[in-house]
Amino acid sequence: MNGPTPFVDIAHVSLAYGKDANSTLALADTSLTIGKGEFIAVVGPSGCGKSTLLKLVSGLCQATSGTVAVAGRPVTGPLKICGMAFQNATLLPWRTTLDNILLPLEIVEPHARNHRRDRTQNVARAKELLATVGLAGFEDKYPWQLSGGMQQRSSLCRALIHEPDLLLLDEPFGALDAFTREDLWGVLQTLWLNKKPTVILVTHDLREAVYLADTVYVISARPGRVISRTSIDLPRPRTIEDTFRPEFIEMAHALRDQIAHVRNQ
Amino acid sequence: MTKPLIHKALPWLVAIGSILLWQLVCVVLRIDTFILPAPTEVWTSLVRYHEPIAMHSLQTLWTTLIGFGLAVVFGLLLGLTLGASRTVYDAVYPIMVAFNSIPKVAIVPVLVIWFGIGTVPAVLTAFLISFFPIVVNVATGLATIEPELQDVMRSLGARKTQILWKIGLPRSMPYFFASLKVAITLAFVGSIVSETVAANAGIGYLMMAASARFDVPLVFAGLVVVAIMGVVMYEIFVALERRLAFWATRGTEMVT
Repeated sequence: MNGPTPFVDIAHVSLAYGKDANSTLALADTSLTIGKGEFIAVVGPSGCGKSTLLKLVSGLCQATSGTVAVAGRPVTGPLKICGMAFQNATLLPWRTTLDNILLPLEIVEPHARNHRRDRTQNVARAKELLATVGLAGFEDKYPWQLSGGMQQRSSLCRALIHEPDLLLLDEPFGALDAFTREDLWGVLQTLWLNKKPTVILVTHDLREAVYLADTVYVISARPGRVISRTSIDLPRPRTIEDTFRPEFIEMAHALRDQIAHVRNQ
Repeated sequence: MTKPLIHKALPWLVAIGSILLWQLVCVVLRIDTFILPAPTEVWTSLVRYHEPIAMHSLQTLWTTLIGFGLAVVFGLLLGLTLGASRTVYDAVYPIMVAFNSIPKVAIVPVLVIWFGIGTVPAVLTAFLISFFPIVVNVATGLATIEPELQDVMRSLGARKTQILWKIGLPRSMPYFFASLKVAITLAFVGSIVSETVAANAGIGYLMMAASARFDVPLVFAGLVVVAIMGVVMYEIFVALERRLAFWATRGTEMVT
């Protein structure tokens, strides 16, 4: 499906929260594979375990059964090659925007070892990244001096500064207004086209999923399992205009039907 | 321009107003000096005894600051330990609450038996009384780190010490400074309580000696000096807080 060795291989994974009797099954027998450099979106009704899937892939939590492998290696603890962004920007209020973005370089090896030596270089890279997302000149502002959209842009920069092979996005634009969100789709697409990391985007915005992803997975209501896989073979770069074309709307509509169907089950 | 000026003058105006009211009440109702000395009498006493008052208040100031300094060091360390480890928290917290419920004045005699009359019991009382709020606040600051922030750090492969250093410590600073403001005033209470019970120096001792001689204006002079020291120390920590944890009171002065 995705070539011989998938970059992310999730095989028959189940995950239950809680102990024995009163445990809730968040994911049941979920399998999917993601090729290197592929951008996938995971959509589904709320509470279906989409975020759980991200935590499993990042190694922040362990599957109850089944296996997760990234880059050919089974995931047993937090990965060091991934960047994450959440619905909240989760920036550190005591650091300037620039210092927030540099945070991963203070932690992830081999950058952390040379952080002091490479500081000028790193700062230049962070500034470049900020310029790409339209935040040039905001380096020295604190997060609380930025708007929600700007914070989310910074959060994306932080997730990308160490050039991760795997980018995990948990509804990163969920809390933004419609216009800002559409702007940021474009920003994210540009960032992805630049470095082509493998991306897992969790969202419940179907237009967002179709606009950004190569492949969209629909997950059923809790306990979540993959019920469909749709390839989006629209040409890149996609524009907001494209989202109003018939073939785009048709795809989004088909996904909507599937979700409506699983919600009613 | 005028509004902030009035805002700045307001506390002074209230203080001066209160003193005037105090003076007025004393004069109009002809209250006996023995019951409530008028501000002018307290002032006279302050001027007359300024040398012993200065000596004793310096003694109290040092005692308080040493006790408070110990409380800051140990409070911060224990607070970080409690906040970083759920197990330690569960194990130690109940006994700390129990200990904090004991009135510190009840401990002073014990301290006197152990260390004799003088500075040591006062320092220790100041330490014991101001230690608890620092521990609780620092631990709370650490324990309430947003899980998502930890996820960000852990997904980067951060070690526990790195999370503590880069997130936990700065995150708990506003809590720490808030506790310092409470703790410094408590430290004064502690050292003065101890001085009134068992000491031969310090403002607490001075006040006890003065009241034994029915020199009520001098007692009040002591109270005023303590209050002023308390306010000054408090303001120092407010200033420190503004410098070091400005991001927690975001938007009040730095908005562009």
